[in-house]
Amino acid sequence: MSAAHALSLVGLTKRYGSFTAVDDVSLDVTKGQFLTLLGPSGSGKTTILMAVAGFVAPSAGAILLDGRDITPVPPEKRDFGMVFQGYALFPHMTVAENLAFPLRVRGIDRAERDAKIRATLDLVQLSQFAERRPSQLSGGQQQRVALARALVFDPNLLLLDEPLSALDKKLRAELQDELKTLHRRIGRTFINVTHDQEEAMSLSDTVAILNHGKLIQIGAPDALYDRPRTRFVAGFLGKSNMISARVVERDGSEARLSAGGTTLVQRLNAGMVGDTVLLSLRPERIALLGGGETAANLVQGRVTAWSYLGAGHSLTVETADLGALRITLPTWRAPFAPAEGLVLRLGWPADAAAPVEDDGDE
Amino acid sequence: MSSAVLAAPVAGRAPAPRRFANAGWYALILPAFLLMTAIYVAPILQVLAISVTEPTVGLENYERLLTNAGVQRAIMTTLRIGLITTAIALCLGYVLAYVVALASPNAQRWWLLAVLVPLWISVLVRAFAWVTLLRRQGLVNQGLMSAGIIDAPLALVWNELGIIIGMVHYMVPYAVLPMLASMREIDPRLLAAARGLGATRFTVFRRVFFPLSAPGLAASGVRVFIFSLGFYITPAILGGGRTLMAAEWIKMQILDIVRWGMGAMLATVLVVAILTTLAVFSRVVNLKRLFGAGA
Repeated sequence: MSAAHALSLVGLTKRYGSFTAVDDVSLDVTKGQFLTLLGPSGSGKTTILMAVAGFVAPSAGAILLDGRDITPVPPEKRDFGMVFQGYALFPHMTVAENLAFPLRVRGIDRAERDAKIRATLDLVQLSQFAERRPSQLSGGQQQRVALARALVFDPNLLLLDEPLSALDKKLRAELQDELKTLHRRIGRTFINVTHDQEEAMSLSDTVAILNHGKLIQIGAPDALYDRPRTRFVAGFLGKSNMISARVVERDGSEARLSAGGTTLVQRLNAGMVGDTVLLSLRPERIALLGGGETAANLVQGRVTAWSYLGAGHSLTVETADLGALRITLPTWRAPFAPAEGLVLRLGWPADAAAPVEDDGDE
Repeated sequence: MSSAVLAAPVAGRAPAPRRFANAGWYALILPAFLLMTAIYVAPILQVLAISVTEPTVGLENYERLLTNAGVQRAIMTTLRIGLITTAIALCLGYVLAYVVALASPNAQRWWLLAVLVPLWISVLVRAFAWVTLLRRQGLVNQGLMSAGIIDAPLALVWNELGIIIGMVHYMVPYAVLPMLASMREIDPRLLAAARGLGATRFTVFRRVFFPLSAPGLAASGVRVFIFSLGFYITPAILGGGRTLMAAEWIKMQILDIVRWGMGAMLATVLVVAILTTLAVFSRVVNLKRLFGAGA
């Protein structure tokens, strides 16, 4: 199979009248990477994908494939495989004819065409369905046909527009694994669009988070989760407790913060004494402390709500100075049956929370 | 009468409440059914009867189909004009439907209005309007002559050409509507997908758009052809009495030379031809569905 390709967006902007759908987005996708564009609806992620595919002409900026500007190249000349939302399989053709379509328009002769179709159908485990029509297949099978059709002509890139959104939860998890395995096997560059943060984190090497047409943060899933740059990222990728506190003392990389009457110890690289900082504290980083235990940060609170999640408990604990804190505990670590009004001691180390920029978005 | 019909199910047996309800609904369509029977089905049956009883009982009139040059000419003319009209109306209608289907929603409304307005104008008015435009001293001939393109006026009307122009004009809206319906059902993502897979605009049209719009094209074709067979006013005015199509030939038989049997015979042939076309067409449509084109 052909080598993987790298893609760069340079200052990509798309305006529709006075509305800016994509606002000056620059990012690099390296060879063989699996990048996911993640954002709520209206964040511009699909517009970016359509611009990469060639269906949307950018108002400004450039799209580079291996350093070559492809912005003016029409979609049929880009050689990008694309899986559309809803699959867009040709209803008047069989599965094999659907796969033959991109090969036929490239003038590939029959023998080679048949060999490629067979190999690709094997890859997605659909060999026995070659003569069926799309309407005779289940949703998951249609999705795999769409994937096969996008891969059969050895495309430069594979673009996926919410490829799993139409499937039920169990099937989605299965196909997520398949997609990941496929990516590893064929070593191509994949660009995926989704609004599902779990899908983004489990599939991708790199996640780009978008909001209101702007690129907010890009990085490996764990980096984004552990060190979100803004309040929006912290809230969009998983759940987070937001704590606002004032710096009262600095000591090297650590700082003392004050929130109401509570003093917090926090690792902090920026921020002067007197500044107000916003911290994102993940629910699973808060520990429940027993009688003799202690931690850098200590608070006490009363349980106001809880839910049992099988693998764990999710508790809401009302504290005097930090407001309601959400914490999650593995079931086997919860030494009690949660009850409303229960008073708990909570603690976390100085590096548990991450300072974030307040971009006004929850 | 209708009160007796409504009362009948009420008097029926109690353990079939479903039938009750249905009988009530059927009663609602009964007036329309009786009206159709009285003023539509009965006369057609009567025509059928006349064709085998006048002037003598037997299939004598139908025998003339094989021997009478006049009726053969009328049938061939009708088929020829019908096929040519259908072909031209389909080509023009397809292009028009394509433009409308791909226009923005706002532009679509205006296009649709422009397509439908001619339908609201009387066929008589339209035929005479064409005469005015196409006759020897008409706008078209005078325009062409003053532009120096032609020296003598062209024979644009009172012949088959005139009939076809008038009929095509009448049929284009009827051709557009079924095709537009089937084109609107085509998912625009399919066209984008085809281009993304490497197809040029023309290939997208040939391999994806056209096959998916074909059921609408077939439906329009049958519709226009069937309509064309029965045209009366347009050929009568634009043909100038020189080209006889089936309907006018029938009128001539019955009103001018009072040969009711012959007129009724051709009328029956026309009805049978139309029903046969429809029967064949319904099989084609089923086959299309079977092949998944409509799915």
